[in-house]
Amino acid sequence: MFKIVKRRDLTPVTKLFVVDAPLVARSAKPGQFVIVRIREQGERIPLTIADYDPEAGTVTIIFQEVGMTTRLMGELKEGDELLDFVGPLGQAAPEVTEGNVIFVGGGFGVAPIYPIAKQYFNAGVHVESIIGARTKDLLILKEEMETVSHRLHVATDDGSLGHKGFVTEVLQRMIDEGQRMDIVVAIGPMVMMRAVTEVTRPYGIKTLVSVDPIMVDGTGMCGACRVTVGGKTKFACVDGPIFDAHEVDFDEAVRRGKMYAEEERRANEACRCGGGA
Amino acid sequence: MAKVKEKRTPMPSQDPRERIGNFDEVALGYTVEMAVEEAKRCLQCKRPTCLEGCPVQVQIPEFIALVAEGDFLGAARKIKETNSLPAICGRVCPQEEQCEIRCVLGKKWEPVAIGRLERFVADYERLHGEGDDIQRVPSNGRKVAVVGSGPAGLTCAGDLAKLGYEVTIFEALHAPGGVLVYGIPEFRLPKEIVRAEVETIRKLGVRILTNVVVGKTVTIDQLLADGYEAVFVGSGAGLPRFMNIPGENLNGVYSANEFLTRVNLMKGYLFPEWDTPVKVGKRVAVVGGGNVAMDAVRCSLRLGVEEAYIIYRRSEKEVPARAEEVEHAKEEGVKFKFLTNPVRILGTEDGWVKAMECLRMELGEPDASGRRRPIPVKGSEHIIEVDTVIMALGTSPNPLIAGSTSGLETTSWGGIIIDEETGQTSRPEVFAGGDAVTGAATVILAMGAGKRAAKGIHEYLTKGS
Ligand SMILES: Cc1cc2nc3c(=O)[nH]c(=O)nc-3n(C[C@H](O)[C@H](O)[C@H](O)COP(=O)(O)OP(=O)(O)OC[C@H]3O[C@@H](n4cnc5c(N)ncnc54)[C@H](O)[C@@H]3O)c2cc1C
Ligand code: SF4
Ligand code: FES
Repeated sequence: MFKIVKRRDLTPVTKLFVVDAPLVARSAKPGQFVIVRIREQGERIPLTIADYDPEAGTVTIIFQEVGMTTRLMGELKEGDELLDFVGPLGQAAPEVTEGNVIFVGGGFGVAPIYPIAKQYFNAGVHVESIIGARTKDLLILKEEMETVSHRLHVATDDGSLGHKGFVTEVLQRMIDEGQRMDIVVAIGPMVMMRAVTEVTRPYGIKTLVSVDPIMVDGTGMCGACRVTVGGKTKFACVDGPIFDAHEVDFDEAVRRGKMYAEEERRANEACRCGGGA
Repeated sequence: MAKVKEKRTPMPSQDPRERIGNFDEVALGYTVEMAVEEAKRCLQCKRPTCLEGCPVQVQIPEFIALVAEGDFLGAARKIKETNSLPAICGRVCPQEEQCEIRCVLGKKWEPVAIGRLERFVADYERLHGEGDDIQRVPSNGRKVAVVGSGPAGLTCAGDLAKLGYEVTIFEALHAPGGVLVYGIPEFRLPKEIVRAEVETIRKLGVRILTNVVVGKTVTIDQLLADGYEAVFVGSGAGLPRFMNIPGENLNGVYSANEFLTRVNLMKGYLFPEWDTPVKVGKRVAVVGGGNVAMDAVRCSLRLGVEEAYIIYRRSEKEVPARAEEVEHAKEEGVKFKFLTNPVRILGTEDGWVKAMECLRMELGEPDASGRRRPIPVKGSEHIIEVDTVIMALGTSPNPLIAGSTSGLETTSWGGIIIDEETGQTSRPEVFAGGDAVTGAATVILAMGAGKRAAKGIHEYLTKGS
């Protein structure tokens, strides 16, 4: 059992847990993820590691209440326990120690961005970040991102904070202004990552995305997490989740992500009867 | 002595029409009378040939004699001298290729039903026994780590605990048992039985830590640095193979591992009471001819598909699955398409499987495996309409451990290289066995390997002291 030592509500639907998991904390690296299960009949869901502290033996996860499991998780309090918490899984983000890196985070995709930006910033990389959300209240980790970015840009769809519009527009403007960028790291909803990929493609700017496919075991045993990268089938849980964006088959990834859409709806309905949201 | 009955005593089973509507066990096991009747068929050979076929040397005629006398608990003790998981082996061992094929009765009549008797004895003991008088051996203060809780790891851990070692099993998944829990379905091996066997191992003093992926959460080198004096790797062969044909990533194509894990480990058949869904359409094709393929296709029937096919590129003679499983699948209405090989999977506009294009095959010269090589028949392309495809093409060892352990030598396909006698690898403190060494094999071979390695580890750790 893995105790929730701290809970913070980042937005009405986005929660942060600091979880007591010393073995995971000891080995975690930016870009990796964990698999969580919350009850005996529960499913295994992947969540990116948003921060970790090997000394304290804790791992931070951030989740949005979208499906049944995350909604049930939203009801847990400090001191409650998660049944299973396994990781760190997947490959760490590539190490970068110099040059200019632009981070683009959409929605709760800012969570997985944060540890990578922190590592690069501390290693001496010039970091600029663009974070976005539908509206100001849904923006997460703004203060944290400020501490690990030389410059932070904000975009909201409704203009309630920063640029009114998409993160991609801010990125395009930076490119147009001739800003140096060696690598762009984009994490967020699939549509947003794909849009960033199309912005950088014509300029040949190296772009990394972290894909988020359906997973079961997370150890390379089932192949549920197949993505096509550079024409080859990869298992995101062991080969990824970070891939070269210009090689990822987004059409396929989006389509595979919808495989269980109907069942998710059914589960959500069943869960609602149980007194959920 | 009365004349020997030519035919073995049949074992009752659930009616095929009924059982495809549930996940309960298919074979129901012998009654006391049936078991005694079958046991009396055994000739009690002076030089029993059946013994040679058993990878863990179960004292077959001795235990059968005890069954014939009605001493079922005595029979259980006899089996357990060499086989710690008889309830499992009695259900899943390929007896027809091991002990039963060598039974002298089989020369003229049907061999003694050794597997059914083993199963009966183990079940009888579970229901009527006093519970094992498990003696926890005082600790010798020395720590050994075991990676993986499949039959190889459980057996090795149990044997080491009996020698006084402090054993910790590290298991990647949330439940112990390996393929016994995530692969083999409830209707063939009730999970209750696996749980009971795991409990027995725990009572011996073995600690089981789930949710630890060795190679990720900790490495073998870290375990050795943390005070474990030796490590046994029983991590199985979990990496699924695909065919690399067009359309394999369409929605509705599974590896058998994913499909079976969703059904068995995650209890997908109980969705939405259980949270993990498993999707099957109306027409399913399972590609492959092994036990895994039979399990997958029979699970799909129980999930309510209308047509279920086995697509196998060789002929019925070459099918590697246990004869009983093929028989059961046929009774349940599975359609077998032998000498057929898929070349591509066709999808609908929105990316779901709608059909599979196959070629007919004919058998040519024997290949490296000794089986006749299937060769495609020109112009034999044909379409099979299906909406779900399950690839059961075999598995290989997961590279995670070899890739994270310096100096651990493997074969070209990833099998860990060991000394056959002791299980020792190229790293003297690291031992291995089971599917991680051999590639996908059998429960009993994995158990045998776990046993040998326990002995090897004990010798290694006591050498010179
Ligand atoms: C569907 C199916 C049906 C089968 N039917 C039969 C049958 O009828 N009869 C028969 O004899 N055999 C059968 N087999 C084969 C048999 O199950 C295997 O040969 C046997 O289980 C191998 O045992 P093992 O202990 O080597 O590995 P496994 O049972 O595979 O166990 C390995 C364990 O190690 C864990 N692990 C892997 N990597 C790590 C890691 N890095 N860190 C921590 N833990 C790890 C895995 O999660 C797993 O729990 C079947 C196999 C399948 C898949
Ligand atoms: S070979 Fe057959 S008849 Fe002889 S001892 Fe073994 S089971 Fe009995
Ligand atoms: S989630 Fe099973 S192989 Fe990646």
